[in-house]
Amino acid sequence: MQTRASRIQAALDAAFPGSRIEIEDDSHRHAGHAGAQPGGETHYSVLMVSPAFAGMGRLARSRAVHAALAAEFEGGMHALALRLLAPEEAGPKG
Amino acid sequence: MTNPVFERIETDINANPVVLFMKGTPVFPQCGFSARVVQILSHIGVPFKGVNVLEDMEIREGIKAYANWPTIPQLYVKGEFVGGCDIIMEMFQAGELQSMLKEKGIPVSAEA
Ligand SMILES: N[C@@H](CCC(=O)N[C@@H](CS)C(=O)NCC(=O)O)C(=O)O
Repeated sequence: MQTRASRIQAALDAAFPGSRIEIEDDSHRHAGHAGAQPGGETHYSVLMVSPAFAGMGRLARSRAVHAALAAEFEGGMHALALRLLAPEEAGPKG
Repeated sequence: MTNPVFERIETDINANPVVLFMKGTPVFPQCGFSARVVQILSHIGVPFKGVNVLEDMEIREGIKAYANWPTIPQLYVKGEFVGGCDIIMEMFQAGELQSMLKEKGIPVSAEA
């Protein structure tokens, strides 16, 4: 079965082509906390560097990512930390 | 369309210049994301009202629909949604949180 991290990756790849996307599953660090599930897959951090974010405000960037991941929020994803950058904000590694 | 939960939310955000919908209380936050926003607001000396969504499931779900934002914490300034933990943190680090608050007439103590 596909992991949630790979579904997140696929959904973001489709919604934001040409982006650098790094996904971390932090669920193990929250085991036993509120919102954690026995199978994990609840807490994620995403770093994205995308040309789509150029000229977009912070709220709009997050909302676009939330929209792309709506199915995961509905399906039990509990927490999502986001760092969303346009290429020129990401420095030389961008 | 009047939604009674939205009315309660609006009463809070209109009566208080800075409101943080959070998990736990400002003194005892029960989530790392909420704790970080409390820490930033305290650091820049901004008084705020904390609303503990863990005590009220209606508000916990209602505030997500109200802002069209799927997570807690949520910070409101002068009735307007500003962001969650990630956004508040980025704005604070860029100095934008402080300037936005000042622009809205809310005194900020520390120049960070
Ligand atoms: N990226 C978010 C992180 C916050 C987050 O993921 N919150 C989660 C866990 S505390 C949440 O509210 N989940 C829905 C819920 O608990 O009802 C932010 O910047 O505020």
